[in-house]
Amino acid sequence: MNRMFKTIVVLLVVMLFASVLSGCKKAAEKQPTGPSSKVEVSSWWTAGGEAEGLNALIKIYESKYPNVEFINATVAGGAGTNAKAVFKTRMLGGNPPDAFQVHAGHELIDTWVVPGGYVQPLTDLYKSEGWINSMPKGILDIVSYKGDYWSVPVNIHRSNVLWYNKAVFTKYGITPPSNWDQFFDVCDKLKAKGIVPFVMGTKEGWEAAHVFESVLLGKLGANDYDGLWTGKIKWSDPRVTDALKTFAKIASYVNTDHSALTWDEAGQYLLKGEGAMMIMGDWTNGWFMSVGFKDYGWAPSPNTKGVFLALSDSFALPIGCKDQENAVNWLKVLGSKEGQHDFNKAKGSIPARTDVDISDYNDYLKSAAKDWQEDTIAPSVVHGAAACEGWATEYKDIMNLFISKLDVSFTQNALITAAEKYLK
Amino acid sequence: MKPTKRIMPLLFIMPSVIAICVFVYSFISWTGFISFTKWDDVLPNYTLVGFKNYRELFANMRFQIDLRNTTIFTVIFIISCLAIGLLLAILLDQNIKHEGAFRNIFLLPMAISFVVSGVIWRWILNPGTIQMGYTGINQLFEKLGLKFLICGWYTDPKIGIIAVDIAAFWQFSGYTMALYLAGIRGVPVELREAAAIDGANKWQIFRYIIFPFLRSITFGAIIILGHISLKIFDLVMTMTGTGPGFSSDVPALFMYDTTFRGNHFAQGASIAIVLLLLVSLLIIPYLISTFRKEGA
Repeated sequence: MNRMFKTIVVLLVVMLFASVLSGCKKAAEKQPTGPSSKVEVSSWWTAGGEAEGLNALIKIYESKYPNVEFINATVAGGAGTNAKAVFKTRMLGGNPPDAFQVHAGHELIDTWVVPGGYVQPLTDLYKSEGWINSMPKGILDIVSYKGDYWSVPVNIHRSNVLWYNKAVFTKYGITPPSNWDQFFDVCDKLKAKGIVPFVMGTKEGWEAAHVFESVLLGKLGANDYDGLWTGKIKWSDPRVTDALKTFAKIASYVNTDHSALTWDEAGQYLLKGEGAMMIMGDWTNGWFMSVGFKDYGWAPSPNTKGVFLALSDSFALPIGCKDQENAVNWLKVLGSKEGQHDFNKAKGSIPARTDVDISDYNDYLKSAAKDWQEDTIAPSVVHGAAACEGWATEYKDIMNLFISKLDVSFTQNALITAAEKYLK
Repeated sequence: MKPTKRIMPLLFIMPSVIAICVFVYSFISWTGFISFTKWDDVLPNYTLVGFKNYRELFANMRFQIDLRNTTIFTVIFIISCLAIGLLLAILLDQNIKHEGAFRNIFLLPMAISFVVSGVIWRWILNPGTIQMGYTGINQLFEKLGLKFLICGWYTDPKIGIIAVDIAAFWQFSGYTMALYLAGIRGVPVELREAAAIDGANKWQIFRYIIFPFLRSITFGAIIILGHISLKIFDLVMTMTGTGPGFSSDVPALFMYDTTFRGNHFAQGASIAIVLLLLVSLLIIPYLISTFRKEGA
């Protein structure tokens, strides 16, 4: 018995050493030797206009830096959730890509900047490339923390857009509503005609939360809406109650199968003229183009004229990236006029810079670019700009529950509790 | 026995023992440890907080819904699989022609991945609407004049999780059928014949001869089906996601969301441990009974 035990112990020790040694060898091989000729960029742009936009950027990069091999580390699915899961594992494991996609704002700052030691400040790059002057203050505020800039925004999307089917509106002599009273008048009129007044798809769990951020913005205004996420305005505010009640009322005009549909599947109602209005981000514009639908109109969602609820995809630079110089060059391409122009044309969004020539963009994008320069900019919560990921996730969960239960006081309490948890 | 004779088998078993220790048990203990820490952000934080994560978890409305869902799901899943599997096995046992072909047909769904069947059933059970026309199975009901059967399936918060169950037991009934068929075939022919000579009718033969033989198979099937349904993730993820008001949400989905979307690593770990405990409630009695048998 004793001998057997000894033999086992000896064997175990030998195996342990062997594995440690082989591990060391591998680690040694991984050390970069001399100037590298690669750049690895992680993102979740794998399909449609997003992938085309990314390819346009890669093309510019490769023509400028032909000796650098571009490694396109994309992960599909889950509106970025899957990519973020992979990325977090790599980051915590000390093997980050050279640059990574992240929503500009708190998603980046609370997750990676505040703990320290994960991403590099880009203030020098902003200065040398002149981005401080070419981007509006609203977006610079969103990407900055404690006086430094932390990521390069490639595009801007607007969250608070009301899309409508022009043919339906013309047929019944309706003009786009600019406040909630008009909105509900229009809804009643359309409902009487057998048309679904307001179209929504809530299958993926974030869409209801998306609509509600526009409702909140409409009820509180840009300043106080922002205050909800910074703690200046309490969630127990009666205007939040009002917003919830309004949202519950909207829900009574929504297509009954909303929980089976994604936002674009629900958009089919609009396309076919069976539905009239929908509040969704302006990627809807790109989607309309891709399905060949032209008869659509747009307006800011009720009560939000003059406010641009913005979200932005941006790229940040991890500390300890293997190819620093190549990665910085990638960021330069992202922030360049040429890069912003080509990317956003393909993706169907607008450049974060205000000095890009967009005369070849379509009508919606031109009007959005104009608003981008003139409007007050407020951060979107569902898309990572206004609050940290934990809070944004909880907010989404709460609204997902609300849309099926429509319980105003329960939901407001849940929102208050969530805010208390994350604002401390 | 010579010492070498004892050591050789141990040597052969060693690599897998080590691999299991490292990749299963050490990770379980690591997860268990994390579930007692304050790791509530991307940055690891190993400050111990006792049972705080568990207290918060059980107070969480989404988790309460999840527990209810997973209970309903598991009960329906096990009962339907057993009932349908047994029925199919009995039917196949009637000396029908082309038995092999039928067996394969019933067993085939199990060979399909949950992801594929999730997508297919999402399409089949997509209800459609009155305005846009019914789709999937509702359309079939409409054409057959069975309008009263039309319902919202997984879009209806009241029955969402049951719709997912339909896909799940469609997939696993064939498996229980195979188990039961093997069990029925394992009953010695003499016993059946003896019973028949004694004047037992078909029902009595099933009731008093065959069913007692199937008891251990049923027990094994419950264990296997139970742990599948408690851990289910991929089917729900592809078919319905969390559903309206979390009506088809399960703990595994919540675990994924809260860990990778919300960065609540400690909470994710505590969900994993709760799931492990639930599964062990099923497995441990099984293991005990197996050991007893082997010991005897």
